Amino acid sequence: MDFSYSEEQQMLQESVQKFVLQKYDFGTRDEIIKTDAGYSSDNWSLFAELGWLTVPFKEEDGGFGGHAVDLMVMMEEFGKGMLVEPYLSAAVMGGTLIADLGSDEQKSALIPQIMEGGLITAVAYAEQGSRFNPFNVTTSAKADGDDVVLNGVKTAVLGAPNAKILIVTARESGADTDAEGIAVYLVDAAAEGVAIKPFTTIDGRKSGDVSLDNVRVPSTARLGAAGAASSALAAMIDRAALAVAAEAVGAMDSLLAKTVEYSKTRKQFGTAIGTFQALQHRMADMFIQCQLARSIVVRAAMVLDSDDDASIKTKAVSSAKARVGKAIRLVGQEAVQIHGGIGVTDELDVGHLFKRVTALDLMFGNAEYHLQRFASL
Amino acid sequence: MNADFTAEELAFQAEVREFLTNEFPAELKAKVDNRIRLSKEEIVRWQKILYKKGWMAPNWPKEYGGTGWTPTQKYIFSTEMGLVGAPEATPFGVTMVAPVIMAYGTEEQKQRFLPDILESNVWWCQGYSEPNAGSDLASLKTMAVRDGDHYVVNGNKTWNTYGQYADWIFCLVRTDNSVKKQEGISFLLIDMKSPGVSLKPIVLLDGHAEVNEVFFDDVRVPAENLIGEENKGWTYAKVLLTHERTNIAGVPRSKRRLASLMRTAAQTDDGFGGTMAENAGFKAQLAEVEIELQALETAELRTLAALSVGKAPGPESSILKIVGSELAQKMDELAVELAGYNCLPFVPEQFEDGFEGEPMGPGTSAGAALTYFNNRKLSIFGGSNEVQRNIISKAVLGL
Repeated sequence: MDFSYSEEQQMLQESVQKFVLQKYDFGTRDEIIKTDAGYSSDNWSLFAELGWLTVPFKEEDGGFGGHAVDLMVMMEEFGKGMLVEPYLSAAVMGGTLIADLGSDEQKSALIPQIMEGGLITAVAYAEQGSRFNPFNVTTSAKADGDDVVLNGVKTAVLGAPNAKILIVTARESGADTDAEGIAVYLVDAAAEGVAIKPFTTIDGRKSGDVSLDNVRVPSTARLGAAGAASSALAAMIDRAALAVAAEAVGAMDSLLAKTVEYSKTRKQFGTAIGTFQALQHRMADMFIQCQLARSIVVRAAMVLDSDDDASIKTKAVSSAKARVGKAIRLVGQEAVQIHGGIGVTDELDVGHLFKRVTALDLMFGNAEYHLQRFASL
Repeated sequence: MNADFTAEELAFQAEVREFLTNEFPAELKAKVDNRIRLSKEEIVRWQKILYKKGWMAPNWPKEYGGTGWTPTQKYIFSTEMGLVGAPEATPFGVTMVAPVIMAYGTEEQKQRFLPDILESNVWWCQGYSEPNAGSDLASLKTMAVRDGDHYVVNGNKTWNTYGQYADWIFCLVRTDNSVKKQEGISFLLIDMKSPGVSLKPIVLLDGHAEVNEVFFDDVRVPAENLIGEENKGWTYAKVLLTHERTNIAGVPRSKRRLASLMRTAAQTDDGFGGTMAENAGFKAQLAEVEIELQALETAELRTLAALSVGKAPGPESSILKIVGSELAQKMDELAVELAGYNCLPFVPEQFEDGFEGEPMGPGTSAGAALTYFNNRKLSIFGGSNEVQRNIISKAVLGL
């Protein structure tokens, strides 16, 4: 038994840590959010240069290995810096779907571009009525000669305003919530009939609602076989769920560290508030939550990297996401509470970490959803 | 044992309901229901309607133009207001500074300030907290030095809710540095238009600047604006803080919120063909909130019954503050949970008056996270929940 990181993983961790420390302070991040693009293309090039964009991909696809543990190591450090670059949406989500479903031709055309930083994708899967069920797809894909015509509205498409290619789930056959009959299409974000309504999220990322109005794509734009995308889609969502859970672990560590530090310097009643036992115990509880969150994420990452059945992997992701969500509420709320008034202001990073972890809980299903999914498996 | 209102109280309840049905402007109600922030003009408009009816000051005695209501009547009034979403009068004038002026002000001060508060001609804000004096309010540092018939004030205050609208600010200032911290504090009223007063908005996590920092740079304040005696301000402040905690349980507001959550749940897809109102886990969470609300309401009624037979309000109000704020925050969590991805867009401007863009939705779902973030203040302000627990430990449990 050995829970330590490999030499390669340590190097990866150190390189992301160094980036966050040197190039991603709170003020710099704020400036990036205020730009039109909402992310820094210089940073993106740097990510490519440092090889970070290869991490989600297997070695046979030219990647770093595609291991969940590697991804966890990175996401945790990104969480501490509250990264707004579309790493999750483009590299993890889009990259994973292309790698899992794409033909050799599609993969060799797209994956190198993604790893080199030249192609940003976004995955449009959620719809207004789907809540957290990725198989609830009403967007339709209908064959018309050699083309396919897409119609529907996708919601909360992370990274959509930055994407050159949208990867869209659409129903070819079956009822609204059937697992069978779902396909995935590559759609040029600038194609006729595609409209993106962009917004910035509560945690500073770019996202958007995407409507598809008679969007015509060649049938070769489909990733994988007809109507057979659901297991790859579910596996991708699970991987992304693990990624955000790891991100939350990093963000919660920051929340705890900042709260402990603040409690040592903030004086009320003539003494540092960190000397009050009532607050000490609550920070001890925050620490316990951080440790359990880290543990359950490590467990899930190991299961994802194992040869276990898909159902065991799914269950491991749900246990991680449910448990991390529980930790998010306690750690996030206590960090703000112990900071007091300053904790609810826009000027302090603590409030932004709180907003980030709140969004991370919702993404790919909140704690309650995953608790119920766990119970049902 | 019973929790019934008397026939007179029931008649009064009917009168309040009728008044709210007829007089609470529909366009204001629509804004409240849609989470749109009311403008200063709208708040003043509503307060003037209350004034016209003679109901602007439920906590004032009749001689000053108040209602002279019993505690039960006040309770009925605030309950009915909360149930329809009618905002209570902004507290800084009528609820906070006015009782202090009545109790400790001179006849001249009463004449000068109280009528304008009652008629909502003058907007007040609070000048209590400072960046380094929060829960430990008595450690405040803003100085007022006597210079002839003026005080010269230097320092800064913070968390001034709606300070941007305020004409006047009531301040706790230090007038003696040589004594115990509670003994060197005075209560001073300051015209916000005085030279040397400046305001810096503080943007909160919901993107809105409802609070401010207020700076005093050699501000000359006429000595006649001192309330009561110099260095006795802490005693007066405690009176004010007692009033700050009235209606803190927020039961009617929470009832209205719970009803809204239930409606929203019935309209929210669960993703599997049903709605969230049928989701067992979510239903259990709603049930838990409803039960807590019943316990809180009865606890409040028990406090009210004790008040009605002349007992002084005790540290029970701390229970109401803690449970009321935590319950409201729990409902904020449930609203976020219901909204799901729909609360991810950060669109504070959508909930400002006069927004003309295409709103994110549906309903107020895009505001759910904003409310969740903003309402973290509920357990921090008005005496943080930690301070309230200290009060219970000391005053109730004798620890």
